[in-house]
Amino acid sequence: MNDQARLLPNGRILRYVFIERLMHWTAAISYVYLLLTGLAFWSPWLFWIATVLGGATISREIHPWIGLLFVAATIWMYQVWADQMKETALDDQWWHALPHYIKNEDALVPKVGRFNAGQKSLFWGFFWCGLLLLVSGLVLWFPQEIPWSWRYLRIGAVIVHPVAALLTIALFMIHLYMGLAIEGGALHSIVQGDVSQSWARAFHRLWYERVLGESAPKQ
Amino acid sequence: MSQETFEIRAISGHAGSVPGAGVRREFEVCKLIDTTTCIGCKACEVACLEWNGLTFSETSFDNSYQTMPETAWNYWNLIKFNEHEREDGSVTLLMRKDQCMHCEEPGCLKACPADGAIVQYVNGIVDFQQANCIGCGYCITGCPFNIPKFSPTARKVFKCTLCNDRVTQGLEPACIKSCPTGCLHFGTKPEMKELAENRAAQLREVSGFANAGVYDPSGVGGTHVIYVLHDASNPEAYGGLPKDPHIPWTVRLWKSPLKWIGNLAMAGGLIGLAVHYLRFGPKTEEPEEHPKEPSQSKQP
Repeated sequence: MNDQARLLPNGRILRYVFIERLMHWTAAISYVYLLLTGLAFWSPWLFWIATVLGGATISREIHPWIGLLFVAATIWMYQVWADQMKETALDDQWWHALPHYIKNEDALVPKVGRFNAGQKSLFWGFFWCGLLLLVSGLVLWFPQEIPWSWRYLRIGAVIVHPVAALLTIALFMIHLYMGLAIEGGALHSIVQGDVSQSWARAFHRLWYERVLGESAPKQ
Repeated sequence: MSQETFEIRAISGHAGSVPGAGVRREFEVCKLIDTTTCIGCKACEVACLEWNGLTFSETSFDNSYQTMPETAWNYWNLIKFNEHEREDGSVTLLMRKDQCMHCEEPGCLKACPADGAIVQYVNGIVDFQQANCIGCGYCITGCPFNIPKFSPTARKVFKCTLCNDRVTQGLEPACIKSCPTGCLHFGTKPEMKELAENRAAQLREVSGFANAGVYDPSGVGGTHVIYVLHDASNPEAYGGLPKDPHIPWTVRLWKSPLKWIGNLAMAGGLIGLAVHYLRFGPKTEEPEEHPKEPSQSKQP
C-alpha cells in the first residue's frame, strides 16, 4: 500500500491527499453532467433536464467531450488507486459479512484496510463500465462516419452504452448514499481530506492500525 | 387528402399524447415505383434537387450510371443501377429509385430521443423537423434502409420528405411529377397497392417474370413507398434493398424492455435506499468500542 496517509498534528488522520481529492471531484462532476444529459436522452420524461442545462443540441455536443474528461479522470484514478484496489483474501470474508454491513452490525464485519471490498467493486465497476462507455460512446459520437457495411458497430453501441450507464447508475446511487447519508465523515474526508481517529478505527481498522504504526498484533 | 399532412400521428422523444391520432378520416398516401418501367433517366433526381432547392454536391464515377454511391443529406433521391446476371447467364440492368420508404413503423422515429424532431403524419409521411433535431444521429442507426444522412454544416439529419409541402397543397411529390415513363405513381395506399398487385400479376402472367411481386415489407409495418420488382424473391439485387427489413433488435430492446427495466430499477433503488435509511439509519463509529458485545451494536 502506497497511500500517503499520515497522522496530522491535530490528531486527525489524512485519508485523501490533494491529488486524490482533485481526481475524485473531476470524475464526480463530469459524471454528474454525463448522468443528467444522458438521462435526458434516455427518456422523453426527462428530456427537460437537457433544456435546463442549456438545450438538448448543446448537451449532445458537449456530452462526448465531458465523457473524455471522465475517462481521463478514470484513467488517472486507475494509476493512483489500482494497486490499492486489488482484491485480497480478506475481501471474501467481507462479502460474506455483507448482510451485517448492510444492517450496520459493523462489529461482525471483518477489519478492512484502506478500502473495503465494496469500495473496490465500485472502483472496478466504474473502471470497466467507463471503458465500455468510452468505446460505445466513440461510435455514437460519429454515427455518420460509420459506413453502412460496418453498421453493426452502431447497432451494438446503442445497447452497450445505456446498459453500461445503468450499471454505473446503480454503483453511483450506492456510492452517493454511503458517502452522504450512511458514513458521517466520509464527505468531509473527500473534500478536506482528513478523518477522525474513531472513524478510521471503526470503518478501516487495518488501515488505521498501519497509519498509527501499530504493526504488532493486539493483545 | 391534403389535411392529413397537418395532423401528427407519432412524435419522437415525446412524453404524453399526440395531437392528431384518430381525429380525422385517415387517408394514407403511397408512392408506387415500378422498377420494370424505369429507364434510369434520373429526371426524379433532378426534380427532387430542384423542388427542394438542395445544394449541389459532387457526383462520382464508379463504372456505372449511378450518380453517387448512396443518398446524401443534400441528395435524397438516387437511382441505384445494378448489373444483374440472370441464371441463364444473360445480364440485365436493374434500376431502383432509392429514397426514404416512409415506414409505417419508422425506426428513425423510434430511436430518436429529441422531442418533435421526427413526426409521422396521419397520412403516413415521416418527416424530420430539423429545428428540433439535436444531431445525435440515432435515427441513422434506427433506419434499416440507410436513409437519414447527417449534414456536417447544419449538424442535423436530413432525408426525403415525400414532398409533404406539395402533398399538403394537393400536389404529387416532385419525383412523380417528373417521371416520363409513368413508372412512378402517387395516391392512397389501397389504390397504389391494387395498382402494384395488378402490374405484378401482369408481369407474371404476360411478361414471363415468374417471381414478379410487390415490395411492401411487413417487418416495418409496411411502407408508404412500395416497389414492383421483376424478382420480388431477390430484392437485394436492386442495390441492397433488404429482403426482410426490421428496426435493429438492439434499438427495439433499448427502447422498450430496457427502458422499463432501467426505470423500475432506478426507482426501486431510490426507494430501497430510503427504506434502508429509515430502517437502519447511518453507521456510527461506536460499535468498534465494544467489539465483544455485538448485540448491543445497534438497536433497530
